[in-house]
Amino acid sequence: MADKTAVKKHHEPLIHIVKRDDIPEWQAWLIRGATIIVALIFVGFLSMLVTEKGFFETYKIMFSGVFGRLLQGSTKMLWKYLQEIAILLCLALALTPAFKMKFWNCGAEGQALMGGLASIFCMIEFGEKLSYGALIAVICITSIIAGAVWGIIPAIFKALFNTNETLFTLMMNYIATQIIAYYVYIEGGGSNVINPVSVGNFPAVGNNDYFVNIITVAVITVVMYIYLKYSKQGYEISVVGESQNTAKYIGINVKKVIIRTMAVSGALCGVTGMLLVAGKDHSINTNLVGGQGFTAILMSWLGQFNPFIMVVMTAIVVFLKIGVAKVADSSFLNSSFSEIMVGIVILMLVGCEFFIQYSIRFRRKNKEVAK
Amino acid sequence: MATQPAIELKNITKKFGKVVANKNVNLTANRGEILSILGENGSGKTTLMNMISGIYFPDEGEIRIDGKEALIASPKDAFDYKIGMIHQHFKLVDVFSAAENIVLGIEDGKYNLKKSTDDIKRISAQYGFNLDTEKKIYTMSVSEKQTVEIIKVLYRGADILILDEPTAVLTPQETEKLFDILRRMRDDGKCIIIITHKLHEVLSLSDKVAVLRKGEYIGTVNTAETNESELTEMMVGKKIDLNIERSVPENTEDRLVVNSITCVDRVGTTVLDNVSFTAKSGEILGIAGIAGSGQRELLESIAGLQRLEYGDIFYFDPQTGKKESLRDKTPMQIRNMGVRLSFVPEDRLGMGLVGNMDIVDNMMLRSYSKGRSFFLKRKPPKDLAMKIINDLEVVTPSANTPVRRLSGGNVQKVLVGREIAASPTVLMVAYPVRGLDINSSYMIYNLLNEQKKQGVAIIFVGEDLDVLVELCDRIMVIGSGKINGIVDGRTTTKEEIGLLMTKSDSDGKENDNG
Repeated sequence: MADKTAVKKHHEPLIHIVKRDDIPEWQAWLIRGATIIVALIFVGFLSMLVTEKGFFETYKIMFSGVFGRLLQGSTKMLWKYLQEIAILLCLALALTPAFKMKFWNCGAEGQALMGGLASIFCMIEFGEKLSYGALIAVICITSIIAGAVWGIIPAIFKALFNTNETLFTLMMNYIATQIIAYYVYIEGGGSNVINPVSVGNFPAVGNNDYFVNIITVAVITVVMYIYLKYSKQGYEISVVGESQNTAKYIGINVKKVIIRTMAVSGALCGVTGMLLVAGKDHSINTNLVGGQGFTAILMSWLGQFNPFIMVVMTAIVVFLKIGVAKVADSSFLNSSFSEIMVGIVILMLVGCEFFIQYSIRFRRKNKEVAK
Repeated sequence: MATQPAIELKNITKKFGKVVANKNVNLTANRGEILSILGENGSGKTTLMNMISGIYFPDEGEIRIDGKEALIASPKDAFDYKIGMIHQHFKLVDVFSAAENIVLGIEDGKYNLKKSTDDIKRISAQYGFNLDTEKKIYTMSVSEKQTVEIIKVLYRGADILILDEPTAVLTPQETEKLFDILRRMRDDGKCIIIITHKLHEVLSLSDKVAVLRKGEYIGTVNTAETNESELTEMMVGKKIDLNIERSVPENTEDRLVVNSITCVDRVGTTVLDNVSFTAKSGEILGIAGIAGSGQRELLESIAGLQRLEYGDIFYFDPQTGKKESLRDKTPMQIRNMGVRLSFVPEDRLGMGLVGNMDIVDNMMLRSYSKGRSFFLKRKPPKDLAMKIINDLEVVTPSANTPVRRLSGGNVQKVLVGREIAASPTVLMVAYPVRGLDINSSYMIYNLLNEQKKQGVAIIFVGEDLDVLVELCDRIMVIGSGKINGIVDGRTTTKEEIGLLMTKSDSDGKENDNG
C-alpha cells in the first residue's frame, strides 16, 4: 500500500464543475441572451452550408419569410407571424399553472384537439340554427368544457390514486386523436377531409382574420400573470408544487388544488383548439395542433413559468420555424430541415441552463508553480 | 507509535461560491490519540473532514499523511491512505445483512462471505463490538447500524477513523459503550477524529480538541488543560452563559388531553400504541425518545395530519372552557374551530416553510386564506416579516430573500417567529434547535420560556437529553410508539431517561402516570 501511494502522481483534476451560488438575474439573462445569439448564428451557418447560399443572404431570406414586405407597408406576414406566436404561447400559458404545481401535463395536444372538436361540432350542428352571437358563445363554452374535461380526467386519477400524470396525459392525446379521426371520417363522408365551415368563424377586424386570436391570447397572458402572482389560487399552486407536505401542514386541500388547476390548464388548451378552428382553419383534422402541444412544454420551461418571458421565447422559436422553413423552401429542402434547426436552438437554450447552475473552473497554473 | 503525526492539514481552504467553508486550516492528528473537532453548526467541520475522505477537493493547501504529501481526489484514494469516515447518515443497503454490507464494494478477488465473516468476528472481538453478522440492516437499531459502519471501515484496514457526530442518535448508555470502543482503538495505535458540538463528550473522550469557528481554525488545546467555558469561548468567540432558565409553572390547567390514541402507518405498522398524556398550560412537556419512535406521528396526530385508529384528542378552550374533540379534523377545520395550535415541525423547509419562497410569502402561509377576496393581501405578512426580522435578529439580505438561502438558525427563527405570532395556546415544537448555533439555540429556549410564562402549553420534542433535563417541567419518554414513562424534569437524570428510552415491552408494566 505504501508503494502505491508513493508512486501516485500529484495531479489535481483539470476541470472542476462547481455549483454556483445564485447568480444575479441579469447575469443569468446575459447567458441566455448570449446563447440565443450564438444559436442564431449557428443556425445561419448550418443553413449556409446546406443551402450554399451566403451567410447574410440566409438571414435575409429568413427575415423576408417571417415579415414579408413589411417595409413596403404590407402587414400580412406580420399578422401571420403574430398568429403563430399566439397559438404556441396560448398552449404554453395553459401548461404553466400545471407545471408550477409540478404536474407534468404532456396532454396539451389532446386537450386542444378536444376543444377544437367541440368548436367544429357546434359550427356544423348549430351553425344554421343559432344567431351569430349565441353560436360564438356556445362554441366558447363547449370548447372550454371539452378541454377542461380532458385535463380533469388525469388529475382525478392523480389526486385519488397517485397515477403517473405524464403517461396518463400522453395516452389521452392518442384517444383524442382517434376521436378526431373518427369524427372527420363520419362528417367528411369517408373523404377524411372536412371542408371549411363558413359559419361561426371569428370576425375579421380591419381586414385582419387573426385579430381576435391575437387579442385573446394577449389578454390571457396578462390574466395568467396576475393569476399566478397575485391570486390566492396561484399561491396555492406554488405551495403545492414546492412541497405537498407544507400544503397539507397549512391546511390546503391538495386534491382539490390538483383537480382545479388541471381544469384551468385543460380549459386554456381547449381555448387554443377553438382559436385554431374558429379563428384560423374553420375545419379540423388530426394534425390540427401539429405537435405544438409539445413545443409548448419547452416554451413554458424556457420562460421560467413567467408569461411575459414566454412571449419572447415563443417569438424567437416561431421566427426560426417560419424563417428556416423559408430558407429550406428556397433551396428545395423540406420542412424537416426547419424542425431540425428549431430543435438545435431549443437544445442550446436548455443546455445553457447548465452554465447558469454551474461554473467550470480549470486547474490554476500558479498552483503548479507553488508546488 | 504514540504522538507520531498520522495526518496533517496545512493551510486548507475551501470555498463554495462566495461562502468560505474553510479558511487556512492547520491541523495535526496523531496516532494513538483521539482528536475532537469542535465547532458550531456551519463552522466547517464536516467540509474539512469531507476533504480528508476524498468527497471534496481542497481549493488550496495540502494534506500530509505520515509526513508525506497526499493527494486525495476520491473516496477510493482515501481508502488507499487507510482513512475511513463514518458519516452522520448511514450509507447501508437495508436488505443486506451486516456482513454483506461490510464486504460490499471491496475488490480483492473472490467473494468469500464465510472467510470475511470470520475476519469481521475477529475485528469485533478485538475491539469489543457486539454484532450479529447475519442480521439484516432494516431490522437493526440505529446503534447497531453505526457499529456496522465502523466495522466496515476497520475491515478495510483503516487506521485513521473519522466519525461525524457519532453520538447524535445514541442513548447515553450506547454513547458510553461507543466511547469505550473508541478508547480501545486509540490504545491500539489508531488515530481517531470525532466531529462534535457536545462539550461534555469532548471533555470525557478526547485527548486533544481542535476548535473551528466560521470556517477558521482557532486552535488546538489539550483536553486535560481546558474546561467547558474556555471551549465555548473559543467556539463562539465570546463568553456565554450556558444555563437555561426554568421557571416554576403557575396556574396550570389541562389544555390538551390525549386519550389512548393508536395510529398505523401506510404499511400497517403500529406507530403510536395507546398513547395517553395531558399537556398543561404554562408548562413545557418534553418528549424524549430514540429518533423515529413515534414523535413525529404524535405531533401530526394532534395537528390533524394523521388519521387515528383509536382514541381521541381533546382541547380545552381557555376562554370558554369548552371541551372539543380534534379527532378526524383537518388542520383547516381545527383552525376554524378557534383552536390556536401552533406547530414547528421537524422538517422545516419541507413542511413548515417553502424553501423557494421569500420570507413574506412564508409568513402568508398561515394567513393567506383569510377574507373573501380572490386576491392575496401581501401587506400584513410583509409587516409581520419585518417585525420578525427585527425582533428575532434574522440575518437576511431582505424580506424578499428565498428562505432556503438563509442559514439554519435564521430559517428556524422565521418559522418559530411565525408560529408564535399566531398567539397560540398550544405550541408544539419538534427538534427546534437541531442544526442551530449556540446563540440561536438559546434564543429559541428563551422564546419558549416566554411563551410558557404567558400560559401556553408547550410540547417540546428534543434529542439532546442535557437540554431536555434543563428546560422541561415534565419529560415523557416514548419508545416504539408507546409511552415508557413520564418523569419530573427537575428530579430526573439523563441516565434514567436513557434507560426508559430503550425499555422494551418485556420489562413489565408501564409506569404511565398520565
